Amino acid sequence: MTKNALFINYEYCSGCHSCELACRNELGLSINEWGIKVLEDGPRQFDDGSWQWDYTVHPSSKCNLCEHRTSQGLEPACVMHCQAKVLSYGTPEECAEMLKQKGSKSAIFMP
Amino acid sequence: MTEWKRQVGEETIYRTCAWSPPGCHPVGCGLQVHVKDGKVVKVEGDPEHPITKGALCPRCLTMTEYLYHPDRIIYPMKRAKEDRGKDKWERISWDEAIEIVADNAKKVIDEHGAEAIMVFGGTGREGNSYYRPLANLVYGSPNSCYAQSGWSCYGPRVAVTGFLLGGGYPEIDYAQKFPDRYEHPGWEAPEVILAWGKAPLESNADGLWGHAFIDLMKDFGTKLIIVDPRMTWLGTRAEVVLQVRPGTDTALAMAFLNVIIEEELYDKGFVEKWTYGFDELKERVATMPPSKAAEICGVPEEDITKAARLYGNAKPSSLSWGLAVDQNPNGVQLGQCLCALMAITGFIDAPGGTTLGSIENFPNAAADPAQEAMKYGFMTEDTWNKRIGLHEFPAVCNIIPTVHPDAMLDTLESGEPYQIHMAHVASSNPAGAAISSCPQRWYEALKKLDFNVVTDLFMTPTAMACCDVFLPLASCVEHDAIVATHYGWNTSFYGAVNNLVDVGETKGESEIMVLIGKKLYPQFWDQFENGTDFDTWYGLRFGYTPEEIREKVTVMTEEPYYKYEKGLIRKDREPGFDTMTGRVEFYGNAYEYFGDDPLPYYKEPPYGPEATPQLMEEFPFILTTGARNYASFHSEHRQIESLRQIQEYPQLDMHPDDAAAMGLKDDEWVWIESPFGRCQQKLHVTPTIKKGVVHAMHGWWYPEQEGEEPNLFGNWKSNINVTMPYKVNGNLGFGDCFKNMICKVYPGEGITEAEVS
Repeated sequence: MTKNALFINYEYCSGCHSCELACRNELGLSINEWGIKVLEDGPRQFDDGSWQWDYTVHPSSKCNLCEHRTSQGLEPACVMHCQAKVLSYGTPEECAEMLKQKGSKSAIFMP
Repeated sequence: MTEWKRQVGEETIYRTCAWSPPGCHPVGCGLQVHVKDGKVVKVEGDPEHPITKGALCPRCLTMTEYLYHPDRIIYPMKRAKEDRGKDKWERISWDEAIEIVADNAKKVIDEHGAEAIMVFGGTGREGNSYYRPLANLVYGSPNSCYAQSGWSCYGPRVAVTGFLLGGGYPEIDYAQKFPDRYEHPGWEAPEVILAWGKAPLESNADGLWGHAFIDLMKDFGTKLIIVDPRMTWLGTRAEVVLQVRPGTDTALAMAFLNVIIEEELYDKGFVEKWTYGFDELKERVATMPPSKAAEICGVPEEDITKAARLYGNAKPSSLSWGLAVDQNPNGVQLGQCLCALMAITGFIDAPGGTTLGSIENFPNAAADPAQEAMKYGFMTEDTWNKRIGLHEFPAVCNIIPTVHPDAMLDTLESGEPYQIHMAHVASSNPAGAAISSCPQRWYEALKKLDFNVVTDLFMTPTAMACCDVFLPLASCVEHDAIVATHYGWNTSFYGAVNNLVDVGETKGESEIMVLIGKKLYPQFWDQFENGTDFDTWYGLRFGYTPEEIREKVTVMTEEPYYKYEKGLIRKDREPGFDTMTGRVEFYGNAYEYFGDDPLPYYKEPPYGPEATPQLMEEFPFILTTGARNYASFHSEHRQIESLRQIQEYPQLDMHPDDAAAMGLKDDEWVWIESPFGRCQQKLHVTPTIKKGVVHAMHGWWYPEQEGEEPNLFGNWKSNINVTMPYKVNGNLGFGDCFKNMICKVYPGEGITEAEVS
């Protein structure tokens, strides 16, 4: 069976850290461990004055895509707690479809 | 819908709503609280909650750390008055604690009158809803105090709305009142939101679920215009960002109106039928063309025109106003312009516009605490009129029936017109770093009082320095209550707050009020068995019992649009707005009545290049304060390890060009010094802050450090409020300098680790 994946619309990831803490609670990780981590690019200005400032998330090797939750029909902890609702969970095909629909500033992770 | 309570294996899982403590605004986020053997083992979001839909912010996600923190105070304590400032607390019973408080209060009332007792309330906490009844009905005193200079948080915006239109606190429309939310028939997404001096994502201010901004942008294409001295992350997603010089934005708002009126981008039908003073407003804002505002505010003229046109042409448009409106001595004029901008488009109280609250759902509609105290005979009209600041600042003390905070500080220090002898500090930290300007003076003044009692969850600098009895507060999973968003002043829903576990012997604010009240004024308080009885009497005005709300978890208000046509805005239930003229007043009759100009005007910030040019050589930066982050609420959460990991130390934002010119490096400790005081924070060099402006964080202290005097948990080390003056208010008495001070910045030594206990 193919593993499932995480889709992120990083145009609107606000970098709020909720996914990190929700994941830590769910997996019982210590304060020194992350199952998913918020990454930041920017803020900086291009020469034309426009801004680069994106957050995105990166699942670590501790991420098991919340098998224990998804097997019960629940969303992974990071997906459910995301304040900006920019994370989705699905099959690689479903995530690829989301990527096509979004068309920019998005990515798929298969941890 | 899942039951509010269910059993899964050994765990009972409750669907409930958050308010505070832990500190937050009344947003009422949906929680699923997992309880096992009487202990909370996990807090997660509730996917069935109509607003938050499973999401939670870091503060609720770390709630178990907060609830069971080893430093939390979970039993009542007392300390001898001569030991103030020393960690010599002694555990006592609730009976003894209440007896001590009541005996001291009785003594003060007998010897000096009830007005010699004052009550402090803070921002956001549930106690916020109770500090007026706590003063008026528990102690019979007129003196409840929100200690920020010029009452400069939320109050000015609610006051301006009360003066000019009614309807509580205007909020953007994100379909927050309907169970079917964005699917609701008749709801429309705002085409444009004008976000003015607000950080919605981090603050969730006043009951707004801030990330609704992202829903609207992401799913409905809503465009943003942002007014902020910073290029925020949200700003990088906006159509226009106007990076104003802090405190000058009344000029900008006047220029917006100038363009919208000049280019006839307003709703003529609405203006004709529902507004008052349009011609006078038109004449006044003609004095502020975009070119002039551009020069005052330091933003490009073409950006002002572009933004005003974008807002004026949007159908519908919505306006989100923030704390920067309050923390400005020219703020009631700014608020006046912003109310005009909400209304002039015709989208006030319209789908996708700016929402207003129904008069039927306002708090205390049937019971004003002072009137009740008079009815029951333990407060006289004369005592009520002794509330501090009433004569000096009648606009403030009439529209918000509390004291004027700056006048209160005068009274505490001078004993004029009478001496204060006792304070009850309810969910506030007035000697701390979040609320008061000149916190050293509040600290000195409180130390002099005969007796002080505090309700809180952790030992704060105020409690350690000044208080004699500590009453431990219950968190939002340890007591029964109701959360109404926006404190009831434009409620989107009512949420159940439930007693799911007990931690030590903590109690909720209303429970504590009933216990003390019964000792002092049983003729009133004996009608209540417990705190829930009082809440029901005082808070609930919408026809559901607490049990019904508990089972439903949330009840949406489902208030209709166009309430001004339906008689749901005015107190007399007639159609129209709740003003003397029944219209939205562009010409503010209430402003005129209280002695201010009825029309908006621009006034330079009291400190800055125009007002104090002689000071600018020594203090070259404009200092704006109160930068929000996801990991704390005002002075709370500094004990929570997982949250300190996100925001370890307070930061001062400075532009790279300024840092280079000053020879300062990112991440070094720096002194921030104004003409009034200084503190240290860590420099954060970032291009997002406007050049010449620095932005500091508020609310910082170090609970990991020595708590006894003189260190007081490092209360004075990073406390930005020591840089603020007092009584630099606007003409009506609102506003302060928290977002428009001046300062210099130079290398610091850091906060010494030697004092870590």
